[in-house]
Amino acid sequence: MASLKDLRLRINSVKSTRKITSAMKMVAASKLRRAQSAAEAARPYAQRMERMLGALAGSLAGQAGAPRMLSGTGSEAVQLVVVVTSDRGLCGGFNGSIVRQSRIFVNDLLRQGKTVKLLLVGRKGRDQLKRDFGALYLDTYENIGKRGVSFAEANSIATRINLMFAENQFDVCTIIYNRFKSAIAQEVTRQQLVPFPVPAVAADAKADSAKALYEYEPSEEAILDELLPRNLAIQVFRALLESNASEQGARMTAMDNATRNAGDMINSLTIRYNRTRQAQITKELIEIISGAEAL
Amino acid sequence: MAETVEFELVSPERLVISEPVEMVIVPGAEGDFGALPRHAPMITAVRPGVIDVYQGGKVSQRIFVAGGFVEVTETRVTMLAEEAMKVGDLVADEVEARVKASKDAIDAADGEAARQLAQRSLAVALAMKDALISKKAH
Repeated sequence: MASLKDLRLRINSVKSTRKITSAMKMVAASKLRRAQSAAEAARPYAQRMERMLGALAGSLAGQAGAPRMLSGTGSEAVQLVVVVTSDRGLCGGFNGSIVRQSRIFVNDLLRQGKTVKLLLVGRKGRDQLKRDFGALYLDTYENIGKRGVSFAEANSIATRINLMFAENQFDVCTIIYNRFKSAIAQEVTRQQLVPFPVPAVAADAKADSAKALYEYEPSEEAILDELLPRNLAIQVFRALLESNASEQGARMTAMDNATRNAGDMINSLTIRYNRTRQAQITKELIEIISGAEAL
Repeated sequence: MAETVEFELVSPERLVISEPVEMVIVPGAEGDFGALPRHAPMITAVRPGVIDVYQGGKVSQRIFVAGGFVEVTETRVTMLAEEAMKVGDLVADEVEARVKASKDAIDAADGEAARQLAQRSLAVALAMKDALISKKAH
């Protein structure tokens, strides 16, 4: 049976653990708020971009010579997969679920005989996938979104993808990230970036643009050529923002659970401590009384 | 009050401006143009430069944009800027540093695509410098 001293030490150590987890929970909560508002602030741009793309794609639909980024290279042999994870752990199943999904997806592609190239964002995913797919790594990014995700960071990743596409280094690009549903729920999302699937609004926009009949300067194709790489950057940016918000949400939930578990643990340990103490006192009393009786 | 057009300027990070204005002058890819209410609908690429917002017959705001796209309809002007800041907020030293950094990037670039990219960022930086000079002139 554990001695009183051992129990006391144990209780103290669990108490300090609880302090840490509850502090982490609070930090995550405030970061979550910031990440959420950043994600909301970025929404107008994405919406308007979508509207413009819809109008353009609508007017170009059915015409030959659509940019490759929209129509694809006509092959699917080389696949680029971007996996977005976090740099830090202690956030529940956040990284685990991404890694699991990525593994399934990549294995699937490999089985179909495709060439896979990986771009890793975040230290955790890089470490966990290294054993299986280390040879497929093109590059890894760290410290993204340490002080809130900036567009410049997303742009540097997108530029990399654009350059590679321009040099025909891949045919299809997919990004895997956690989409933020609520503070307690994230959803692993797989989104195709290249060739870009025309947003669903395109159908409406088509009817719209038929009414509006935009003039284009310089030409539709030239604008699309510019707009698509931009759009890619926006999609990456959005994925990073979503992932960042999800990470904070996941960490908040995980730390909340940890804090609660530590509390339960302290309670049960305290009860055991008190019982042991009482038992010891009783034992000493019995010894004294029986000693006195023997006289 | 004169007729107005709904002007929106959005950068990837946030909605910078959203207000009714009388006219905006936009540095389009094929020449500057002013967008008044009931302008014919158009979508245009924008080169790096300064957007002048007109309110009450005179320039009320001057905003530097690092290129992007603008969508004009009869009732609204939507500008998607890669980067946007008030001309008043430009700092000479920072602009100089940017020009220099882009020039270095051109020298260091390997491959055609990378070089083009660096050249674009140089164009942005130079346009920024012009905006700064025009600020002093105003």
